Amino acid sequence: MFRALQFTFGAAIVIFLLMPIFAILPLAFTSSVFLNYPIPAYSMRWMHELTTADVWRTSIVNSLIIGGGATVFATVLGTLASLGMRKGALPMVGLLRTLFLLPMVVPAVVLGVGMQIFLVRLGLASTYLGVIIAHAVLCIPFVIVSVSAALQGIDPSIERAASSLGAPPVTVFRRVTLPLAIPGVVSGAIFAFATSLDEVVLTLFVAGPNQRTLARQMFSSIRENINPTVAAAALLLIIGTLCLGGLAALLRWRQKRSALETAPSAI
Amino acid sequence: MKAAILRERSGALLLVSPVLVFMAVFFLWPLWAMVTAAFVDDAVSKVLPRTAASIVSWDGQGIPSGAAHKALVQDLTAATDEQALGEAVRRLNSAASGFRTLLGRTIPAVKAASDPAQVDLLTVDPRWKDTRFWVALKEAMPPYTDRNILAAVDMKRDGSGSIVLEGADASAHRLIMLRTLLVAAMVTIACAAIGLPYAMLAASLTGWKRSVLLLAVVLPLWTSLLVRTAAWFILLQNEGLINRALQAIGLIDSPLPLIFNRLGVVIAMTHVLLPFMVLPIYSVILGIPRNLMSAAQSMGAGPVRAFWRVLLPLSLPGLLSGSLLVFMVAIGYYITPALLGGANDQMISSVIAFYATGTANWGLAGALGLILLVVTTVLYTIYGRFSTSSQVPGA
Repeated sequence: MFRALQFTFGAAIVIFLLMPIFAILPLAFTSSVFLNYPIPAYSMRWMHELTTADVWRTSIVNSLIIGGGATVFATVLGTLASLGMRKGALPMVGLLRTLFLLPMVVPAVVLGVGMQIFLVRLGLASTYLGVIIAHAVLCIPFVIVSVSAALQGIDPSIERAASSLGAPPVTVFRRVTLPLAIPGVVSGAIFAFATSLDEVVLTLFVAGPNQRTLARQMFSSIRENINPTVAAAALLLIIGTLCLGGLAALLRWRQKRSALETAPSAI
Repeated sequence: MKAAILRERSGALLLVSPVLVFMAVFFLWPLWAMVTAAFVDDAVSKVLPRTAASIVSWDGQGIPSGAAHKALVQDLTAATDEQALGEAVRRLNSAASGFRTLLGRTIPAVKAASDPAQVDLLTVDPRWKDTRFWVALKEAMPPYTDRNILAAVDMKRDGSGSIVLEGADASAHRLIMLRTLLVAAMVTIACAAIGLPYAMLAASLTGWKRSVLLLAVVLPLWTSLLVRTAAWFILLQNEGLINRALQAIGLIDSPLPLIFNRLGVVIAMTHVLLPFMVLPIYSVILGIPRNLMSAAQSMGAGPVRAFWRVLLPLSLPGLLSGSLLVFMVAIGYYITPALLGGANDQMISSVIAFYATGTANWGLAGALGLILLVVTTVLYTIYGRFSTSSQVPGA
């Protein structure tokens, strides 16, 4: 009796969690103009619309430009900061770390208002650079979390061994530390790109009509005139993030395995 | 030895400084800009400095003396920065409607005059006899204001300068804040009611069953928020899957209203925030020694009693930090209420967005944003105290 109750509850919540994601996907291939079931016939018309209609195509391109730019900014800056905070040589590292993670906590709308006022003053409102910077602020925490975790996993004795064999610090960094940290950097970059891809609120505040991203375009489409292109865009985003997520998981798995392999030899 | 430490420290500083500068400029400064936007009110006094100095002594009765008129004409003649002038006009017009057209006629007349000293404002436009405009001008002069922060909590200063409540029909910010807290509380309770048993169930299972339960939590986290919101739109709409299914099995005759109301917002937000509840509780439960439950039972406690006196109290820290996290994220939510809520379900974020992007009223947007920021920071500080793990939302 209790078992059956447990099973029903677990199954119900799993369905609650997963149903929405699976419900939207088939609608990407509906032939109807309405975004609902039943699907009269399957067709590629909305996928076609997504890749040919001007608003949608430019929004995809914009997402790639802005996501790419924000990822580069965030990855470079975040990796440097993680390296700097690694050894605990700096005073008040805890405070710095808290500051760097704050963009995750501050409500997006609050940051949006501030960014809008600030970028207007700088003359960067409604420019690609402005949107990229705004996204990078949100992406940096993800890079720092990921790279710091990777650096923490490096056994310091490996680096000590390298320097004891005569390698100067630069060589140690280039030949030992960096290769071991690279999976963390890449998965941080993936997190950063996924964050930028899904960001709407800041984009609403700082982007002009020329910087409309895919997520922003989906937002206005749902709000103003919902049609199955949204489902097609959703499919694209899901496939994109699943690929990225799979890549990140693969990297983490390889990192764990290589850590296990190097650990015995380091002792 | 000391030199080595110093070198290491300066190297670390060199690595951290780019991010430090970037965050200071593009994160802290914008937040500061928002806060100052709420309190600084120098658009008018910057453009009309002489008028500001002259009008201070006016008592607010009738219209000011000729000196103030002269100062205003001088200021308008000297005002060459079109953008600053436009800001000032906008600020004045929001205080006294009609100011825009009044200045629209006055400024060209003043600038066209061969000798500005001879210009008489009252002949340029008789509306300058109206006390209303001069009062607005005087009140716009102090460079700092508490107008926005008072308006954010539905208060204002009356004619004598004392703080009074705004009329009930004039503004609804308190109502919206209350609603924000209410919706966030409903979502938190729903997440706790589902998340606690779910996390316990996941922790009690092993093998593929546990993997399925955990995957179901993590997969939505990896899915775009827009996708999930669009998906709930499909499920909840009148012709949506849920209504269709209920009608098909004959439970209801006409579609239930599930979208553009509070219910839809709470359902969708619960779905989005549930992982933030399940994961902290799950990690706390995993840390509870497995033999505690059997120890309790071996000492004579029934399963219910063992659950109530052992497992539940020990998982409370997870429940607490999960609840704080969900509540904190929920009060700042924008996208889901904006897309799935009706006019009466808009939360404080929607109002902030409306003032900032809809009417460009950055002062009021900044004041409301400051309140939201303070509440979030307080919650985050409490959360930091309670949660021992360094789990980060979204990571």
